[in-house]
Amino acid sequence: MPEKSAHKTFDVAVIGGGMIGPALSLGLLARGLRVCILDEGDDVLRVARGNFGLVWFQGKGFGMPRYVEWSRRSATLYPEFAAELKEHTGVDVGHANPGGLELLLGEQELAHRQHYIGQIYQQGGGKDYEVEFIDRKQVEDMLPGVTLGDDVIGASYSPIDGHVNPLFLLRAMHTRFQQAGGTYLPHHRVSGVNKNGSAYDVITEAGPVSAAKVVIAAGHGLKQLGPPLGLDIPIRPQRGHILVTERTKQILPMPISAFRQTVEGSIMLGVSAEEAGYDDRVDTATVAGIAERAGRTFPALRNLNIVRSWAALRVLTPDKCPVYAESQSHPGIYAVASHSGVTLAAVNARVAANWIAGDPAPDEFEAFGVERFDAQKTSQ
Amino acid sequence: MSSPQYDLAIIGAGPAGMAAAHEARNVGLSVVVIDEQDNPGGQIYRDVEHVALKRAHDLDVLGADYKYGYGLVDGMRAGEVDYLSGHTVWQIEADGIVWCTDGSKAKQVTAKRVLLATGAMERPVPVPGWTLPGVMTAGAAQILMKSAGMVPSGPIAICGSGPLLLLIADQLVRAGAEIAVIAETTSFADYLRAAPKLAQALLGMEYLQKGIAMRRRIKAAGVKIVSGISGLRINGDEMATGVTFKKGGREQAVAAGTVLLHEGVVPNTQATRQLRLDHLWHETQHYWYPKTGLHGTTALESIYLAGDGTGIYGARAAEVSGRLTALQIALSLGRIDDGEFAFKAGPWLSEHKHHCAVRPLLDALFQPPAEILNPPEDHTIVCRCEEITAGDVRKAGKLGAPGPNQLKAFLRAGMGPCQGRMCGLTVTEILAAVHGKSPADIGAYRIRPPLKPLSLAELADMEVPDGDATLASPSSGP
Amino acid sequence: MLKRRHSDAAVVQISIDGEAVEARDGESVAAAVLAYAGEATRTTPVSGAPRAPYCLMGVCFECLMEIDGVPNRQACMIRVSDGMSIRRQQGARALEGDA
Repeated sequence: MPEKSAHKTFDVAVIGGGMIGPALSLGLLARGLRVCILDEGDDVLRVARGNFGLVWFQGKGFGMPRYVEWSRRSATLYPEFAAELKEHTGVDVGHANPGGLELLLGEQELAHRQHYIGQIYQQGGGKDYEVEFIDRKQVEDMLPGVTLGDDVIGASYSPIDGHVNPLFLLRAMHTRFQQAGGTYLPHHRVSGVNKNGSAYDVITEAGPVSAAKVVIAAGHGLKQLGPPLGLDIPIRPQRGHILVTERTKQILPMPISAFRQTVEGSIMLGVSAEEAGYDDRVDTATVAGIAERAGRTFPALRNLNIVRSWAALRVLTPDKCPVYAESQSHPGIYAVASHSGVTLAAVNARVAANWIAGDPAPDEFEAFGVERFDAQKTSQ
Repeated sequence: MSSPQYDLAIIGAGPAGMAAAHEARNVGLSVVVIDEQDNPGGQIYRDVEHVALKRAHDLDVLGADYKYGYGLVDGMRAGEVDYLSGHTVWQIEADGIVWCTDGSKAKQVTAKRVLLATGAMERPVPVPGWTLPGVMTAGAAQILMKSAGMVPSGPIAICGSGPLLLLIADQLVRAGAEIAVIAETTSFADYLRAAPKLAQALLGMEYLQKGIAMRRRIKAAGVKIVSGISGLRINGDEMATGVTFKKGGREQAVAAGTVLLHEGVVPNTQATRQLRLDHLWHETQHYWYPKTGLHGTTALESIYLAGDGTGIYGARAAEVSGRLTALQIALSLGRIDDGEFAFKAGPWLSEHKHHCAVRPLLDALFQPPAEILNPPEDHTIVCRCEEITAGDVRKAGKLGAPGPNQLKAFLRAGMGPCQGRMCGLTVTEILAAVHGKSPADIGAYRIRPPLKPLSLAELADMEVPDGDATLASPSSGP
Repeated sequence: MLKRRHSDAAVVQISIDGEAVEARDGESVAAAVLAYAGEATRTTPVSGAPRAPYCLMGVCFECLMEIDGVPNRQACMIRVSDGMSIRRQQGARALEGDA
């Protein structure tokens, strides 16, 4: 049972109980540190509830080869991460790595995608980049349970892509966190952090919490919390919609960037991107657009009922690549922000957490600091 | 939005909706009524037009209060409103856009004002075995009589509390059904507790007399009534075979092929939640109701509410509430002035007061028992769609889920086809108990469109005026 | 499980799970199926548990049936009509209209 903080002291206070905070916390607990997660109440923005569930590699890291490596690392660590969660908590997060597709409708989409993927490959300096293009027939062979719409011309495929049940992942991480001795503190919305000698006092709605180190994994909350702590990071909300169908027999054996069938049988449909500020209301035009494209991709889906739709706000950086930064003015305060919290859960738990614990930063982090935003600004 | 098609769109054709339509037409508003059912009446007057015209002999069984509804249907028809029957509303936008479907095509209905008269639903009664075939709500049995002229072949066990319990028993007896037992959770102690309210309730004596007469009639027909029961369980494997309950320390078992459950009705808040209106918690009756201002106004300028969807006061009160809200809407549109409003609303205001007067007595008398609100047995199913038990919910609450939305994320509770209609209240109560908080502080499920499922085809094919879908292009990926 | 009080309403010919059945004008599909077979009208996708209509007013979604080839329809909201074909569902629906 989560306790109220009677002004406890921790080694690390992690602000945020979504996809990123708990993952980092598991790694920190494994290092023997005393960790608390400070979370808000029930009806809040919580982007982690909006997730599709892709553990995605292909197409990531345009303009940033290090992000390609980081994504690959996480995908590689995932099976073991999931197995360990299952072993300890009994929760099967439903991770699978059957490879993934991005379906292309029409010649123009194919051309764009080839150009885009080609550039990522070039940027990698000729290193192996596990994305290939397949034709319609090959797609049909991969998806025998469902008929492709006429417009489907081919796909980009990566064997590294996979998926997971994001809600079960969240639950498993929370369960494991408390099981392993972490302190979960909901209704502890954070308004600021003050220096207290060599440590920090995190000011929450339920009283202060002291910690030697603080990790801001608060999604959009970083916008408010970061600047006074030397972490003024240009994140912005970008809305995405998801539709969910009623349960049906299993027809999609692998995740597709805009389609994922859950273990229970519902099919999740995406993808959209709207600049709508913090408005997370469902937009009907977008819903119609997703439905239309889904129906064109797999005409048989047209007969399925949509039972739920929602919009969630991605935490987006200007280059769509994550932030892992330690504050210069407030050493020991870290910020981690990304819209790919699901994909990065494994590497956050297994690698990034160690950096917070004091290990040297992983190689990939040379690209993930906040200095790059100043550089990007001046280059505009 | 380009020029709205109507002055007023009314969602729901129960007493509030029908009366509002009539009143609005009387002051010259253009009105559309969007009704999920294929003919007017809502639930309380379900199929009254059909029964009156084709099965008049059933009107006697169903009673004078039901027959009264026919007048309201007549009033609505006479007003010549645009009546979109068989249209399910799946999304409402704050600025007066209503998305509905007739099952083949989704479309938009636009109005300057939207009045939600979506009514109430039965409070879920989660007891062990309540998901078995053969178990229904008392209201369901009424609907079967109204719509289909059917009665359960019995023996029937009627369990729970509330005014409807005796009414349904009375109707079933008159329809020739075999009733095995009426097992009331209300006890003599409840009557004593409610006694102080009796003096205030203008209709109180009248109501009690009606109730006493019904009880006498039912007992005279040989029906066994047991009051003050607890520990209700429904027995059976593939279907219901009977009930077990405790009375005065002793456990009783009664065989029954049909079990009717009823613990009052509660507002159906799916649409008001989807609109993100504020909701308040009713302390004695344990339900959520949307916050309203004077005569159905809300925080959203175009959205109004009327009827039992705003709080349970019964069919007659709902009807008057519809009229008053329609007048308020007309006033807000400048179609009548303050003077005309005062003149027309005057008689309705006093009638409303009259019909609401008995409610505090009923609310105090028929409070849902704690074990129905927060099922003590862990194996009791709470979320029927996803088959999540009370024990599962308690465990997740102890794991730290502060409210229904985090619980949804943890367990999938509320994610099935009914979208939390059947489990929402119970989940809130269980979490309130786990966290030692009031349900008001725990909150409720966030409701997103579609309010009811509709096909991908209907969504894909619909026209969205002024719409601009920006799908993420494939080349930029997730 | 259900009995009709009168037999004077017009007969409507439907089929339930392939069996020819006589229903009455005005009945909902849910009522007609309950009158035909007083037992489970579906099994759940989650555990295969037997279920039957509970609320009959469109709130509980227990009455889901395949009507004229379309699965997962709320049978309590639809009236019987001549020639209607009704199938009770076992578990999750199939994806018809496809290979």
